[in-house]
Amino acid sequence: MENEKNHIIPYRTFLLVLICLISLTLISVSVTQISLGTLTVAIALLIAVIKSSFVLRVFMHLKFENKIFSFAVIAVFLIIALVIFITLLDYLYR
Amino acid sequence: MAAETHRDDLASKTGMWLFLFTEMLFFAGLFVVYSVYRFRNPEAFHLAAKELSVPIGTINTIILLISSTTIAMSITALQKKNKKFALLLIGITIFLGIAFLVNKYFEWGEHIKEHIYPGSPVLALRGQGDVLFYGLYFFMTGLHALHIIIGLVFIGFIAAKIVKNKIDSENFVLLENSGLYWHLVDLIWIFLFPLFYLIT
Repeated sequence: MENEKNHIIPYRTFLLVLICLISLTLISVSVTQISLGTLTVAIALLIAVIKSSFVLRVFMHLKFENKIFSFAVIAVFLIIALVIFITLLDYLYR
Repeated sequence: MAAETHRDDLASKTGMWLFLFTEMLFFAGLFVVYSVYRFRNPEAFHLAAKELSVPIGTINTIILLISSTTIAMSITALQKKNKKFALLLIGITIFLGIAFLVNKYFEWGEHIKEHIYPGSPVLALRGQGDVLFYGLYFFMTGLHALHIIIGLVFIGFIAAKIVKNKIDSENFVLLENSGLYWHLVDLIWIFLFPLFYLIT
């Protein structure tokens, strides 16, 4: 059968990731309370991207799946980033 | 018993991912709208975002993160043939999902008490920027909450199937797929939270 025995991720891994995610959330909350201008936006988004990569890779098993899933997810994120970038370019230089 | 029914876990996971991509692009459209309106109304967005409660947002973020962890752990529990623990973890996930919605209810309630809701005349007096900010806030968090409700129902069905042994340590792709959906809801919140609550 094609349905290979998925390998089991230990509970510990999930708990460690949870600790990372909560710490990153608290870091992002405290960093954004300091006014750093545009840098605040960049830091908050960077932390959000790091957090989502944890969720995608461990919780959503991308780390252990066929690589094609990871490529597809990256492609979707790039498309979204590109659309936002191009749209903002339009508004910036109108 | 007749021959074993055909099953293709990889295909069903692929299908789930394709669906999740459409969900991501759906929310991405709203993020584009948000970026443009924020760019055009920086002052109003700055002041309006300050009115959202960072503590409630942070608590809700942590609630969702924990619920994501428990649903992910339930797969491990089921793989280890620990059905009771798997069901307990799923129960915690559902409980946390409901807790998120209850928080959201009180948060929205506060805004509505202050006459801040889409179409409110009081909000209209505050200017176009505020109308846009709160319109997007209510629409995007509302849509996200709708996804939470759908996720809870989905996970509830899966739990029932586990109770009936329709899903077990050999056949758990449905649990994985419901988990994927739940993680997507978490993923969207990871971006909604800083954009609405933190960046002021």
